[in-house]
Amino acid sequence: MIEKQDWTEVISPKRSLFDVKLHELWHYRDLIVLFVKRDFVSIYKQTILGPLWLFIQPLFTTITFVLIFNRIARLSTDGIPPILFYMSGITMWTYFADCLTKTSNTFTSNAGIFGKVYFPRLVTPISIIISNLIKFGIQFLLLLIAYSYFVFNKEFEPVFSVWLLLIPVVILLMALLGLGLGIIFSSFTTKYRDMAFLLQFGVQLLMYGSAVIYPLSSTSGVIFNILKYNPVAILIETFKFSLLGVGYFSFASLSYVIVFCVILLVVGVLIFNKVEKTFMDTV
Amino acid sequence: MSKLAIKVEGLYKQYRLGLVGTGTLAQDLNRWWHMARGKEDPYELVTESNDRTSDGGSDYVWALQDINFEVQKGEVLGVIGKNGAGKSTLLKVLSKVTGPSKGSVKVNGRVASLLEVGTGFHPELTGRENIYLNGAILGMTRGEIKRKFDEIVDFSGVQKYIDTPVKRYSSGMYVRLAFAVAAHLEPEILIVDEVLAVGDAEFQKKCIGKMKDVSTNEGRTILFVSHNMDAISRLCTRSIYMKQGQVISAGTTDEIIQQYIGAETTITSNIAYENLVTAPGNEQVKLLKVEMVDGYYTNKLNFKIDEQVGVKFTFQVLRETDDLVCGFNLYNQLDVHILSSHDILNKGKKYKPGIYISTVWMPQNFLTEGLHYCGVAAMSYKPFTVHFHDVGRIGFNIADKQSGETVRGDYTGVFPGVVRPKLNWDIIKEEND
Repeated sequence: MIEKQDWTEVISPKRSLFDVKLHELWHYRDLIVLFVKRDFVSIYKQTILGPLWLFIQPLFTTITFVLIFNRIARLSTDGIPPILFYMSGITMWTYFADCLTKTSNTFTSNAGIFGKVYFPRLVTPISIIISNLIKFGIQFLLLLIAYSYFVFNKEFEPVFSVWLLLIPVVILLMALLGLGLGIIFSSFTTKYRDMAFLLQFGVQLLMYGSAVIYPLSSTSGVIFNILKYNPVAILIETFKFSLLGVGYFSFASLSYVIVFCVILLVVGVLIFNKVEKTFMDTV
Repeated sequence: MSKLAIKVEGLYKQYRLGLVGTGTLAQDLNRWWHMARGKEDPYELVTESNDRTSDGGSDYVWALQDINFEVQKGEVLGVIGKNGAGKSTLLKVLSKVTGPSKGSVKVNGRVASLLEVGTGFHPELTGRENIYLNGAILGMTRGEIKRKFDEIVDFSGVQKYIDTPVKRYSSGMYVRLAFAVAAHLEPEILIVDEVLAVGDAEFQKKCIGKMKDVSTNEGRTILFVSHNMDAISRLCTRSIYMKQGQVISAGTTDEIIQQYIGAETTITSNIAYENLVTAPGNEQVKLLKVEMVDGYYTNKLNFKIDEQVGVKFTFQVLRETDDLVCGFNLYNQLDVHILSSHDILNKGKKYKPGIYISTVWMPQNFLTEGLHYCGVAAMSYKPFTVHFHDVGRIGFNIADKQSGETVRGDYTGVFPGVVRPKLNWDIIKEEND
C-alpha cells in the first residue's frame, strides 16, 4: 500500500524559467545581514584609519577632478562650486560602479562556498548592494559636510525643495541598476571570462558617458540625444538636480529609468536563477 | 508504514571533460539550435559511463546514471564506493549545490549538507562572528544560533579564543569550532560527506558519536558517505553501493559492505585450486582449497566481532610425509602481522597420501574491526621445507554491530589496537577502616 506522500521540495533539471524562489531569500535574511557585516568588518580589520578610508577616496578623486577637468580643461560645472559638483557625481558614480563590479563576479569569487553548501545565491549580490549602500551613506555624509561648508561660507545658495524627496528614489534605482547589470554579467562570466574583461574597461568608459565630470546641459545635438538614454547619466543628473537644484530632470526620463531598471532586474534574476543551478560545473 | 524522507528517481548527471574554451561556445550554440527546433540535446545522447581510467574519446561523461533509491524517515543510509564512483556528485545534487541533468529528487523536510567543515569561515572574523556566519550559511536563523551559542562554544572547547580572529587559530581549533557549529544544526535531513577524514581521533569520535545520537534519539534522516567501513557499519542500517556512477546494489549495510569488499578488493573468502599442477605446493603436498568459515562451517566474508572465525583449508598429501606441520598467519589492513600459529602439538604426525582438511579457529571477541588477510602454510622440519605458503589472497572482514555485549560497549568512537580481546576486569574498593 502506498501512502500519499507530501514533498517539501523536488529537485529536477527542467525547472521552468520563471520558477524563482524569492520566498527563500526571506528565510535567509539573517545571512544577508551577516554577509553585509562580514564585508564591512573584514575590509577594515587591521587598518589604522578604518572606515576613514571611505572619506579619503572620494576626497582625493574630487580634488583630482577639480584640478584636471575644472582648472585645466575648464569644463562647466553649471555654476555650482566645482568641489560640490564633482563630489556629488563621484559619490553616485562610485556607488553604481562598485555595485556593478562587485556583483559581477558573484559566482567566480564565491565558488568555494557555493560548491559546498546551498543557500539562495541571490543572497550574495544583494548583500553586496547593501554593504555598498552603507559605504555610500558614509560618503554621502562627506558630501553633506562639504555642502554645509559651502552654504556656511555663502559660496552656494541652498535650494530646499520638494525635489529632495527624489534622492532616495534615485539611490534605490541606482542600486537596482547596479544589481541588475551585475547579476547579468556574473551569470555570463561563470562560463566565459571574456565578460569580466569587457566589464572592466566598459565601466571605465561608461563614466565618461555618465555626466560625472560635466553637466548634461553642456552637451548638445547628437551627443545629448545619446546621453539622455543612458540611465546612469539620468540618475546622476537627477541626483544633482534634487540636491543642488541644477541638472537635467524630467518625469519622462525618470519613468524611462524606472522601466529600464525593472526590466533589467527581472531579466537579470531570471538569467541568474537559471545559471545558479549548474554554474558549479562550468565555473 | 513509515514515511519517506528522500526519493531519488532516474537521476542523471552529466559533466563536460576538458577545458572550457571556444569549443564550448560552439557546443552551446549547437545545443541551443537543437533546442530551438525542439530537438533533443545532441550532447545528452552520449552514453559513456564514468570510468576514469579508460578514455572513451567523448567530451562528456555521466557522473551519475539512472540513480534510484529511497530513504525512510529516521534512517541512516550509507553510501559506499571507490573514489570516482559518483558518491560526492550524488550528495552535491541532493544538497542542491549543482543541478541534475535528468531525473528528480524529492525531499521531505529541511535539508542541511555538510560537505566540508567550516564553509564560509572568514579568517579576519573572530570565532564568535564566524559561528553566526557559518551557522547562517548552513541555514540556521540568528535566533537559533543565539540559543545554541553557549552549547556550540562548549562543544568546540575554544572558549578562550572566541573573540580572536580565526586566522590566529591552530588548524585543530579551526576544525573543532567549525564542526561544533555543524553538529548543532537541526535539519530533518542531514547529508554528510567524509568530514570525518579531518581531525584527530578525538574529533572523529565526537563526530560519529554526535551523528549516532542525532539519528537514534532525534529520529533524523542521515545520508552518510565514507570510505571508513567501520564508521559506516556502526552508523548505518542500510547502505547503497555505487560504482561508475551507478547504484550497483542496495540493502542492509552488512550485505553491502560484504559485496563492496568482495568486489573492490582482491581478497576473497574462498579459493579453490582446481588444477593440481598450478596449485600452491610441491611434489609432496598441494593446497586445494581455502575458506573462511563460521561456527557452522558456513563460508562467509563478513564476521561479527563476537563470533568465531575459522580458516578451513584442504590439502592433498601426495607422498607420505613424516613431520608435517600446518601453519597460519594473520595480517590486518595495514599489513601488521598480528599473529602466527602452528599445529605444533601434532608435530611428528605421519601423513599418509590423501586429502586432509585443517581448520584453525580464532575465538570470538578477540580480533578487532576491519579487513584481515590470512596466510596458510604447510611445512616439514626434517629437512626444513615449506611445502606451500599461500598469503594475501584469502581474507575476511570483522564488524562490531554494537550489541552492547562486545568490548566496544556503547562507545562509538575510534577504538585503537590491533586485537580486541575481551579481558576480565577486577575492580574492588579498598576497605580502609
